Amino acid sequence: MQLRQKDLLGLEYLDKEEINLILETARPFKDLFTRSVKKVPPLRGKTVVLLFYEPSTRTRTSFELAAKRLSADVLNISASTSSVAKGESLIDTAKTLEAMKADFVVIRHSMAGAPHILASKIGASIINAGDGTHEHPTQGLLDMFTIWERKGKLSGLKVAIVGDILHSRVARSNIWGLNKMGAKVYVIGPATLIPPRIEDMGVKVYYDLDDIIGELDVINVLRIQMERQKENLFPSLREYNEIFGITEERLKRAKEDLLVMHPGPMNRGIEISSSVADSSRSAITEQVTNGVAVRMAVLYLLAGGDSRGVRK
Amino acid sequence: MVSRKKKVIMDAKEVSWTIKRMAHEIVEKSYGIKDLVIVGIQTRGVHLAKRIAREIESIENKEVPVGSLDITLYRDDVDSIAHQPMVKETAIPFDITDKKVVLVDDVLFAGRTVRAALDELIDFGRPKLIRLAVLIDRGLRELPIQPDFVGKVYPTSSKELVCVNLKEVDGEDNVILKEEA
Repeated sequence: MQLRQKDLLGLEYLDKEEINLILETARPFKDLFTRSVKKVPPLRGKTVVLLFYEPSTRTRTSFELAAKRLSADVLNISASTSSVAKGESLIDTAKTLEAMKADFVVIRHSMAGAPHILASKIGASIINAGDGTHEHPTQGLLDMFTIWERKGKLSGLKVAIVGDILHSRVARSNIWGLNKMGAKVYVIGPATLIPPRIEDMGVKVYYDLDDIIGELDVINVLRIQMERQKENLFPSLREYNEIFGITEERLKRAKEDLLVMHPGPMNRGIEISSSVADSSRSAITEQVTNGVAVRMAVLYLLAGGDSRGVRK
Repeated sequence: MVSRKKKVIMDAKEVSWTIKRMAHEIVEKSYGIKDLVIVGIQTRGVHLAKRIAREIESIENKEVPVGSLDITLYRDDVDSIAHQPMVKETAIPFDITDKKVVLVDDVLFAGRTVRAALDELIDFGRPKLIRLAVLIDRGLRELPIQPDFVGKVYPTSSKELVCVNLKEVDGEDNVILKEEA
């Protein structure tokens, strides 16, 4: 069993077996974190470039740690402090990295499809670390890993994604992945933040969380993206909190073992209350640990090469 | 690869006697079981390690700690094999620093697995010493590695295969020599 592609561009392009392979490979990598020496040698001599056109702390450091724990060399390039600021095009930047013999390029870009362009232009393995509002596959994978670890399965679970679905690449990757793994996916939020025809992706839409909360096994709370709220898509943060905020009060009607997740960074007191975020139901800090393990699994598996193996 | 059975190198009884003998040798050479720990290499080495530990316990009436080691991440051929092998569990639930470690594997061949295992073990701590126990030494070494405890030395050619079968994974105990057809 192996990944059938050189790149990880989105969960849309993986099948159930490949997702399973990544999740199963992440488990032994997570076990490494309990050792005193957390570093293992399989990517020794490989170069991983982190090319970030959008700010990120969590995802970037998680990839950096994952690559370093596999003994790869890591280069950090952020758009604001590189030739990109001088007007270099994405493809020219990519060609430069290829000329430097990068084996992996982890890219975050505000335009959907930017990783796809890179993948078609250079031989290095491209990993999408978030492209516009399109996909964020490693977040989807780490969310599924977290559910799988806590619940022992994915198939048949009722998973709700709550909040700003419209702007969320995390939501889209979760929907692709969870559907393939046999979970039932619900999206819940204000009508203005639910994209039209989202039902076509195989999800059920609810506009009132309280209608469905009693049936859910997992709730994945999305961040209200302040930087994208200039369009006035809902009246006020306070009203949002009233209707969609995940609070102790609201969870009284939920299943005892409801799992609460959040991709971070959290706006405490808006989409999630502090007491829920810090409760035993929450897997939010666990998600961060799992993120490193899942990204190690992805790097490790992609390094295996395949028929298109331009790299070597 | 198609292969045909050529010869039975060890049958079930011989496997059992050999494990008993190796257990005695380990106790003798370690001068008792103080600070002794046993670590098996995935997959069959782990089962052999558990069996050896059980024999030692029946000799000394005291439990010996057993761990398992998966060397996948320490292989030297990541670039040359077709795809990445599945990573299995490594579980060494004790500190190996200053311990006498007996590393157990089923077949000793090129010695590359043992090289990887040594590298990985040393990432876990600094043992007082590491000794190597194998059920079959089939020769054809590519690295300067020699076993301390051997079930059977059985020189082979590179065209032959040595298959160790153990009840826990294969349903029966024996060692079979096969040849490429």
